[in-house]
Amino acid sequence: MSGETLTSSEYIKHHLQNLTYGHLPDGSWGFAHSAEQAKEMGFWAINVDTLAISFVLGALFLIIFGRTAKKASAGAPSGLQNFVEWIVEFVDTSVRGSFTARNDMVAPLALTIFAWVLLMNLMDLLPIDYLPFVAHAVGVPFLKVVPTTDPNATFGMSIGVFVLVVYYSIKMKGVGGFVGELTLQPFGKFGLPANLFLEGVNLIAKPISLALRLFGNMYAGEMIFILIALMGASWVSATFGSSLLFGSQIVLSLGWAIFHILIVTLQAFIFMTLTIVYLDMAHQEHH
Amino acid sequence: MNINATLLGQTIMFVVFVWFCMRVVWPPIMQILTARRQSIADGLAAGERGKHELELASKRGAERLHEAKEKASDIIAQAEKRAAQIVEEAKGNAKVEGDRLLAGAKAEIEQEVHRAKEGLRQQVADLAVAGAEKILRREIDAKAHAELLASIKQEL
Repeated sequence: MSGETLTSSEYIKHHLQNLTYGHLPDGSWGFAHSAEQAKEMGFWAINVDTLAISFVLGALFLIIFGRTAKKASAGAPSGLQNFVEWIVEFVDTSVRGSFTARNDMVAPLALTIFAWVLLMNLMDLLPIDYLPFVAHAVGVPFLKVVPTTDPNATFGMSIGVFVLVVYYSIKMKGVGGFVGELTLQPFGKFGLPANLFLEGVNLIAKPISLALRLFGNMYAGEMIFILIALMGASWVSATFGSSLLFGSQIVLSLGWAIFHILIVTLQAFIFMTLTIVYLDMAHQEHH
Repeated sequence: MNINATLLGQTIMFVVFVWFCMRVVWPPIMQILTARRQSIADGLAAGERGKHELELASKRGAERLHEAKEKASDIIAQAEKRAAQIVEEAKGNAKVEGDRLLAGAKAEIEQEVHRAKEGLRQQVADLAVAGAEKILRREIDAKAHAELLASIKQEL
């Protein structure tokens, strides 16, 4: 925990606060020291922790896979190569199963999404106070360890996917085809406003649902970890009841962590599969 | 929990990661997987071929063995035949040789008999002459009758 005088709600708030760098109210640039300050910074501020951790994790993925790919041989694979090939084949099978058109970009895209999201989600399994505690010790006021609990990260990816969906829709069907798809169905040309509304919602819902699903799941999971961690906060008073609470904190966070492994993997898989499906739909003439 | 410029940073990072993955990570791994699949398929095919060849070879081997056995029994039969032939020949030769030896012996015996007869004849003649000499010593001169005796000897 970051300070002795924290109340429960302060503890929760502290854990949900990104390390935001931006324009402070007094006119200088610096880190926000409260949620209100971060809010006041407006759009032109950055969450340093999200960017840094997600960059490190993405780079980790690319370095491990890139090095393996460079050293790999077609002979009997080593352990790491085996693992990498297993992931790649898994993604490749998923892409072959859901994606019917030909596009060499989709499979690497899916692999990147799967591995990156999985790694970011896995940060959730680190004991919840370790990294923030270390960060606090070296003078960093806030640290949100799981990048996918920051909507910026999930929307960042889903907007990337959305741009690709629109790009390939236009590339495959032409501007006319894409506009036609948005306006001429399902009710024909006389129902144009209704069509545009329905299809527009349909189109916009894709990136939003993609981002919010991941964000919501990870945020809720993180929240439960925080609440479980709070149970043991009363341990300092060392009564029988509080030590019981501390014990149940250990049991509960272990149980939730084990269950969370499933969620973590599943969310990464869902994000990947939906991306493949959306891109497949973008490549299809009719849907 | 605010949407801010982090969004842009994340999007850019995402694009760069995907691009990097597409250029550097994915192609070599896929290439290796394809190559391995190919080499495994080749290996399996080679194994199958080897098995087939082994089958053929063992079949051929059995055939060879059978042939060899047949040839061997042929040779044995031939040899037996030849041996019988040789025995026959030897028998014939021995008979001929025996006949020859027999004939030789017979001739020798005859010769011997002849010689003995000659000797006996001489001795009989000598004996007759000696008898006659004894008889005639008193009456006849041996020298005067030698001619007669010689002619008698000739006739014997």
